[in-house]
Formats: sequence, C-alpha cells, structure tokens
Amino acid sequence: MADFWKRFSRNRGAVIGAAILLIVVIVALLAPILFPQSPWRMVQRPFLPPLTMDQYPLGTDAVGRDVLTGLAHGAQVSLLVGLISTVAALLIGIPIGALAGYFGGWLDDALMRFTEFFQTVPNFALAIVLVAIFEPSIFSIVAAIAIVSWPPVARLVRGEVLSLRSREYVEAAILAGQKNGTIIVRQVLPNTLSPIIVLASLMVATAILLESSLSFLGLGDPNLMSWGYMIGAARTVIRQAWWLSFFPGVAILLTVLALNLIGEGLNDALNPRLARKGR
Amino acid sequence: MGEPVLSVENLRIALPEGADRPFAVDDVSFELRAGEILCIVGESGSGKSMSANAAMGLLPDLVRPVGGKILFDGSDLLRLSEAQLMDLRGRRIAMIFQEPMSALNPLLRAGEQIAEVFEAHDLLTPKERSARAMELLEEVGIPDPEKAARAYPFQLSGGQRQRVMIAMALALEPEILIADEPTTALDVTTQAQILDLIRNLQEKHSMAVMFITHDFGVVAEIADRVAVMQYGKIVETGSVDEVLDNPQHDYTRKLIAAIPTLATDRARGDVGKQPVLEVDGLCKTYVTGGSLFGRNRRVVKAVQNVSFTLAEGETLGIVGESGSGKSSVGRCLVRLLTPDAGMVRLGGHDMATLSGEALREARKSIQMIFQDPYASLNPRSRVGRIIAEGPMAHGVPKAEAYSNAERLLDLVGLDTSAIDRYPHEFSGGQRQRIGIARALALEPRVIIADEAVSALDVSIQAQVLDLLADLKEKLDLALLFITHDLRVAAQICDRIAVMKEGEVVEIGPPRQIFTNPQNVYTRSLIEAIPGRERELAAAE
Amino acid sequence: MLRFILMRLGKAVIILIAILILNFFLIHAAPGDPAAVMAGEAGAADEKFIADLRERFGLDKPLLTQLGIYLGGVLQFDLGYSYRQQMPVADLILDRLPATLLLTMTAFAISLSLGTLAGVLASARVGKWSDTLISTTALLFYATPLFWAALMAVLLFSVVLNWLPGFGYETVGANYTGFRRVLDIGQHLILPATTLGLFFMAVYMRMTRASMLEVSQLDFVKTARAKGLRPSVIQRRHIFRNAMLPVVTLAGLQAGQLVGGAVLTETVFAWPGIGRLMFEALAQRDYNVLLGVFFVSAAMVLLFNLITDILYRFVDPRIRVG
Repeated sequence: MADFWKRFSRNRGAVIGAAILLIVVIVALLAPILFPQSPWRMVQRPFLPPLTMDQYPLGTDAVGRDVLTGLAHGAQVSLLVGLISTVAALLIGIPIGALAGYFGGWLDDALMRFTEFFQTVPNFALAIVLVAIFEPSIFSIVAAIAIVSWPPVARLVRGEVLSLRSREYVEAAILAGQKNGTIIVRQVLPNTLSPIIVLASLMVATAILLESSLSFLGLGDPNLMSWGYMIGAARTVIRQAWWLSFFPGVAILLTVLALNLIGEGLNDALNPRLARKGR
Repeated sequence: MGEPVLSVENLRIALPEGADRPFAVDDVSFELRAGEILCIVGESGSGKSMSANAAMGLLPDLVRPVGGKILFDGSDLLRLSEAQLMDLRGRRIAMIFQEPMSALNPLLRAGEQIAEVFEAHDLLTPKERSARAMELLEEVGIPDPEKAARAYPFQLSGGQRQRVMIAMALALEPEILIADEPTTALDVTTQAQILDLIRNLQEKHSMAVMFITHDFGVVAEIADRVAVMQYGKIVETGSVDEVLDNPQHDYTRKLIAAIPTLATDRARGDVGKQPVLEVDGLCKTYVTGGSLFGRNRRVVKAVQNVSFTLAEGETLGIVGESGSGKSSVGRCLVRLLTPDAGMVRLGGHDMATLSGEALREARKSIQMIFQDPYASLNPRSRVGRIIAEGPMAHGVPKAEAYSNAERLLDLVGLDTSAIDRYPHEFSGGQRQRIGIARALALEPRVIIADEAVSALDVSIQAQVLDLLADLKEKLDLALLFITHDLRVAAQICDRIAVMKEGEVVEIGPPRQIFTNPQNVYTRSLIEAIPGRERELAAAE
Repeated sequence: MLRFILMRLGKAVIILIAILILNFFLIHAAPGDPAAVMAGEAGAADEKFIADLRERFGLDKPLLTQLGIYLGGVLQFDLGYSYRQQMPVADLILDRLPATLLLTMTAFAISLSLGTLAGVLASARVGKWSDTLISTTALLFYATPLFWAALMAVLLFSVVLNWLPGFGYETVGANYTGFRRVLDIGQHLILPATTLGLFFMAVYMRMTRASMLEVSQLDFVKTARAKGLRPSVIQRRHIFRNAMLPVVTLAGLQAGQLVGGAVLTETVFAWPGIGRLMFEALAQRDYNVLLGVFFVSAAMVLLFNLITDILYRFVDPRIRVG
C-alpha cells in the first residue's frame, strides 16, 4: 500500500488530477449547504454577466438563475451518474468477460459476438435512442450509459482471463481439485483487478462526458440541474452570453481531465512493469 | 592464434540505481583474436552479454559504460560518435541474437531485411542487393533461397530464421561476429546444425567470433577459448581444454560439476514392481484456426497412439523436441486436456474418461510440477495458502492443511517462515521448491514434472534435481519427467521414451538409448547433444 | 481479398439485421402503444393514421409476425414514415446522408493523419518539452466535451474573430456553382470536422506515441541498429509500420464514436446531416426517424470498420498471406 502511494505520487499529473477531483467531490458534497437554494430558482435579472455582482460571481442565465449554484449542484449529478453507471457497466462486463474467457468454446463465441454487436453499434446514438424511448430520467440515463459502455470491460476481462486461464498456477488449482467458481474468484479475478481499476477510472470520465452530451441534447433528467443541460440551454444564446456555456464546460473538462490523470497514475502504480512507457 | 582484433580493457558498466549490484560488468578485460571463437559463458545475470552490447553501442537505455576501453582497429569503441559506430555496425562488426523470431521485423520479407544491410552502408544497387541476399541465403544453407527471400519471418521455422539472421550478419564480411545465445531458443538438432554453420562460416571467412552462452555443452562444441563470468567479473579464461578439463576457479568447477553427465549407469534395482500408471493408445488431435467457414483450419496430431506403463517408484523420462507432443501427453494424463482416444489407468480408474467429482477425486493421486517458476504461483496468494489450498478443497480443515504445509516446506528445504510470504519474495529455484511442495500436498502417487528444471540455471537445476530424486526415494513416488534436455533425462530417469511428431519412437533404459539407440531419430537426437563427443572422448 | 470483403459484408448484414430486431423490440418496449410510438409523440397523430399503422404493421397479430412485416419493409428500403415531416424516413435520411458522410470522413482523415503525426513526433522527442506539449494538448482534447469544443470554436473563430463560418453547410442565398461552391462548402466544413476530430486526434496520438515507444524496445529494432541503419530509416521502416497496427485497430473500434459524435457536432453547427436530423427528431419525439438514423449510422460504422480492416490487411502480411 505504501508502495502504491509512492508510485502514484511520483506521477505529477496524477496528483494534480486527484487534487482537482477532491475539490469537485467536496463541492458536490457541500452543495446543499453552500448553495441551499434550488438551482432552478430565479434570483436576479437574466443575462447578468460574471463579476458584476459579488453575490453571483459567475452571473445568471437566460431566466435569471445563478450559474454558480447550478455548477455546484451539477457536480453532484455528474459524479453520481459517472460512478453509478460505471459500477453498472462493470457488473455487466465483468461476468460476461470472465465467463467467456474462462470457459471458452461456444460460450465464448456467443458472448463475444454479443459484445461485438454492442461495440459496433454507435454507442452515443444507441444511448440517445434508449433514453428518448424510455423517457429521460436519472434511471434511464444511467441504464443507457451502462448499456453502451460495458463492452470494453468484457473484452478486457476476457483477454486477461484468457491469458490467466492458461497460466500454470490456474492449472495447478484445477489439479488441486478446486472448483471452477473458486478458481475464477480466487485465482483469476484478483489478478485482473489492476487493469479493471484503471479502466474503471477512465470509464467514469467517459460516463460523465456521455451524461453531459445527453443532457446537452435535452435528454437529461428534467428534475436535475446538470452541466450538460446548462450548456444545452445556453447554446442558442452563445452570441449574447458566452459565460453560460463556458463555465459548465470548464467544469466538465476539469473533472474529466482529473479522472484521466488519475487513471494514468493508477496505471503507473498498479502495473509497475508497464509503467513509464517513456523509459 | 592470430592478433587480437578486439580488446576489452578494464571495462566497467554501471547498472541503474536499485539494481542488485552497482556494476553489470566490473573491471573486465579480455581479447578477441583473429580467427578464433571465444565463448563467454556464465549464468543468467552474470553480465556475459553486456560487453558485447557495449562494443556495438547497443546497451539498454539505463545501462552505461563508466570506465575502461574497448579497442578495435586502433580506436576505442566507447568513445566513437554514433555516426562512426553506425558505419562499423553491420559492416565490420555484426551481431546475431537469441530469439530469431523477435529479432526479425514481422512485416518485412526475409530478402528485404538482408538487402537492408547493403542499403545501410550505401552499397550496391537495389537489384544487386536482392541478388546478393539470395546468394547469402544459399550460403547459410536454406533449402529454397528464392522462396525464403520472399517469405515473411512467420513463414519460416526457428532454424531458418536464425539462418536468415546469420546471412544478414555475413552480408558485408565483417571481421567480428558477435553471437548472443544464438541457439538457446532452438531445438537440440537445429542447434547442432546452427553451431556447425557458425563454425564453418567462421573458418571460411576467417572471422573472429564472440559467442555468448550459458551452456557448457555448446562451449565444448564450438569454443577455441573460454571466459567464465560470475557477478560481472571474469573468473577464469583459458583455452577450451584448459577450462573444461582442468578448471582453476571454484565457480567454474562448481558449474561444470553441475552439468548432468551422459555416462549413466543407473541400474534399476526395483524391477518388477507393480505399475501405478498404464497408458494405452492415447491420442489427441488439435484443430486450430477453424472458423465458421473453415478457413485456415489446421489439424495437428499432437499425440498418436502413445502407450507406456509407469511402475511404482520409477522415473520415466519423456524426451522430444518442441512440437513432439511430449507436453500434450502429460496434460492428457492429468486431464488438463481431454484425449480423443485411449486409456489412462490409474488406481483402478480410467483417467481419460472420468469427469466431474470423480475426476476431481482421482486427480489427487496424480499431480504436476510446472516449468515456469514465475507463472506457476499465484502472485496474489501467500505461500501457505498456495500449498494448503488443494487439501482444503478436498475437505481437510484449515489448521491441519497449514501445519501440513509447514511440514512440506521443511521437506523441500525451505524455511517454514515462508508460509506467510508472497511468491515474488523468492528466487526461481525456491519457487520451484514451493511448486513441488504444492504438488506433494495431496499425497499423490504419481508426479508429472513438465520441463520442471528447464527455466533454471545449471547450478540451481542440479539442486532441484537432487531434491526430486531424494523425495522420490522418501515418499516412494513414481515420476514422469518430461524434458527436452537429454542430459537431464540421462541423469535421473530409469527409462526414457523418445517422442517425435506425437509418437513414441523408442523406449528403453538410458544406457540403451544413449549408447545403442535403435531408432534413426533417436540417434540424430543423441548425436546432437552439445559436448557429447568431447565427453565420450574423455571417458575413454 | 474479394472473399474477405464478401465475408465481412456477410457479417455486416447479420449485425444490421440484429439492429433492426433491437429497434423493433425497442418500439415495443417503449411505454405506450407501439402505433402511437411510431406515429410520434402520443396524441399528436390523428386516429385514422394510427389505425392505418395498426393495420400495416399487423399490430394485433403475434409479435413474430410483426417482426417479419417490419423486416420485410426494411428490405424494401422502407424505414417507416415520419408523420411529423410528412415524408418517408428513408427519403429524409438519404437526403441528409451525404453531408454526414462528408463530415465524418473528413474528421476521420484529419484525426488519423494529424493524430499519428503528432504521436510520431512526440515519441521521437520523448521526455523533451515538445513531447510534453503534444501530450498535454492531447490530454486536454481527450477531456474536452465535444459539444462544448464546438460551441467554443463557433464563439472564437466565427463570432469573435470572424475567420470561418460557424453555421450551416454552405452560404445561404449565395448560389455558388462549381469550384466556388466546393470552396464554400470546404470553408463551412473546417470547424465542424476539426472539432469532431479533436477527441479522436488525441486518441490516435496517445496510441501512436505509446505504440512507437513500445515497438522501439523490441528486438528487431536492435537488429536494425546492429545493421548500421540510420535512425530515420529505422524509425520509418521498422518502428512506424509495426506501431501503426494497433492504431488502425483502434481507429476501427472508434468509428462508432465518431459517427455518434456527429449528432453533437451537427447540432451545434446546424450541419444538415443525419445527426442534425436525429436532434430534430428528438425534440419532436419522432421515433421512426430516430430509429432510422440509428440504423443508418450503424451501417456507416460498419463501412468504417470495413475500411480499417482492409487497411490492416495491407499493413500486416501475417493476415494477408496466412
């Protein structure tokens, strides 16, 4: 564990990423306390530019809602959707990949054709169709994101399991009389953990991007203020009010960047041999 | 002996910080003389290939020379500019490597890669280059040079690839050829051919060859002079006769003593014991690459009608080259593979047809020791768990399984404190001992050792072989020893089965196999053992 | 080669049929009456139209029969009728498809060529400031939401600097012809294609860089050096060609995202392609159009995959000959 932190912190980008993410998390957690008002409430005149009133440093939008309050509450939505849909995608992808890789044969063929299908389908278009047909809600959004993002997990896990499966210690476990379930859980999956963790951190980033893209197109949960929604609502007034789309975009950018940096740091820390491709 | 063409003087090469020692090569001096083959021999990590790489200016990134000289044609190679080195490389000093597959670019044809050598030094026209490439392929003895020139590396066999590498190295008639373990990845018969080829070409072109190897058998075959390295230092140099017949340094003596000898007088004192394992008509065929539309379907008959018996307390060796099916046999016996036909009778069951719970139960009496000490232990489990897992899966209580594990660790010569440690804290030889303890935990009657010592250095190999022999005696085990190394087989087997292309071509006691082989293939295999002639001559 | 392409096409047809089946079940899984779903937002269509739909798609018959009718329709290029736009969906899409193909192909070409170029440059200067600069830029592109990048591009290059048009496919009312028109479309193409390509440029750059560095550690590179080859030749002939293999594979895998991204780009730039069509259909809950665009965009992905597969076969002899 100490080694892990040492290697992680050697990657400067990862430390910066962790710091940014920490700030976003704190803002999201404290949003109800720092900004107790509803982000949907009109508080000032519309199109108040940033830095004109101390109370509303980032200005107001087309109907006079506070941009900063929106950002803080949006952080909650982004992180929550990112996290839950990633967990959901892992719950779909890991079993499929593990079964395909471990048992091989026709099961592998069938599961991989299935995975390939979902990987070929343009995933953003599928997400749009799913959310549109099942009506936008936090549930349909999370489900849609999970459905379009599990294939890489399945492929990764399958590949890892496939190579681990022929590893001699797995064969030794078979000979020792361990049962398939025990072998998968005890011998195989623990050794696929590092790449899964790295992939998961990158998937949270992608999920946040997907959620904001859906919200941008008007497919966000109508009850939740999100960054994508804010930019979508400001799209047509970009010429008058640049700040309405600028700040939420920066928020998305920084969060996604932070997660990517953390992913790289995790990769360095968890796969020391592959790390530092530089030299 | 000729003049020195390359002299290494007090060479010192630093390792990156955090390595196990500060210098890969520490104050090393030697000469390579015109027209000789100098073998630099040592175990892994001895720094034996470092000086050669330094001469070529091809050291790994973090490793750099910090002292000494490498003199060639009046100049110090360590002080030459990259441009000057580039001019020397391939033209005056050439090099071949261990893994001919990875040493060739997979995307370029063999002919193109040879012709590139001329291009690198701006010689000849493109047309002449490919003509020369063809001639070179012919010279290194590739059967159909035209076809080989057009082939991509993956279409050539291991031996052919190494011949392509040699053709490349010969292209500009260099004064020095550096060969870095060039036969280690090859089968024994191919190795013999490549060694012959190098020897012949060296004489024909009167090159000086620096030949790096870990194998004293190879040394005996090819060397004029020998330098023995240990921990980055040269401990002994001399003519091949001096070093092999009358080693001066302790380490050299130890290394030579560790080499399994072919002279075997193992007489079986326990003939007539009951067979524990009977194999009859075993067959296994692989079908690979078969897609839905039947493209690229390849059928490999890995095991064809193999029959033998293994008596209580007996050690049966299965030897063969890669692809002979020897490992497939072992895996069929423990049912890591399911044979297509045949019977494997063990303790009243037919292992070949069992399944489910019955198979799980029957496997207790037949266990396996694996080749790769690094891949055979789960990196995320403690040693105790690794050993105790098997008995626990069969219902032994945890406490009992762990105390048993302690006893086994002691039995294989490890400290019982190992039980709480992780595999990466152990060396290759120690890991192999852990693997043996794991195999013993289920108290099997038969142990299959699949290339169990092949990945180990010769001195460690000797220790593990001793341990196996000792355990076999103590526990009255029957051992099926699968190996490509005939010397190892000669040393520990009561009987040896020789496999070729899935079939057992000959089976008999070592004495018969080594002194009076009945089968043509067995004979060629025996004759290819490096260092054999020398050993026979010495024995007389 | 022909055999390979035919096999690929066969596989593509299977995937397309699977997508149609998925579409069919989506319509039925949606909350509400399938006929109403097909007609558009519930209640927006008149009774007679819905009754017509019921009849045409046999909505009172068993599910499998309905599926047969649906698939049969698609075989005749019938992707349904857009009640909202009063046009067959297939016509709507065919009308918009060329613009999307132009946009995505351009973005694909830009991202692949610039991405690999930047990756090669960065790997050649690994650890130096130019590598840091390229890698950091790529990381930023990688994290930038596409729609936001598009908006910011409009704001900067169109609104503030007034360098490039940030709206539409060509200058409305100018009625250019011939080369003038090509030039005009080209000008309108620059911003959407570049912003759409940004993310992928970053992806290919990172992959190329990592792959170049990995390949440069391989044994055959050492062989090449031992021959006395010049570093530039080694870089080009030995490292680059091998390093491109995973990049081409990745490009195939990313094609789906590229086509999906077109929805966002076309929305921001009012680019008259099928992505914009999808956005418009979304606002009107015009499900037939939505599903039709989804189907056609999947077909586009398969086309991109075919292109990258053929590319791969050209680079790697092991697949070509083996």
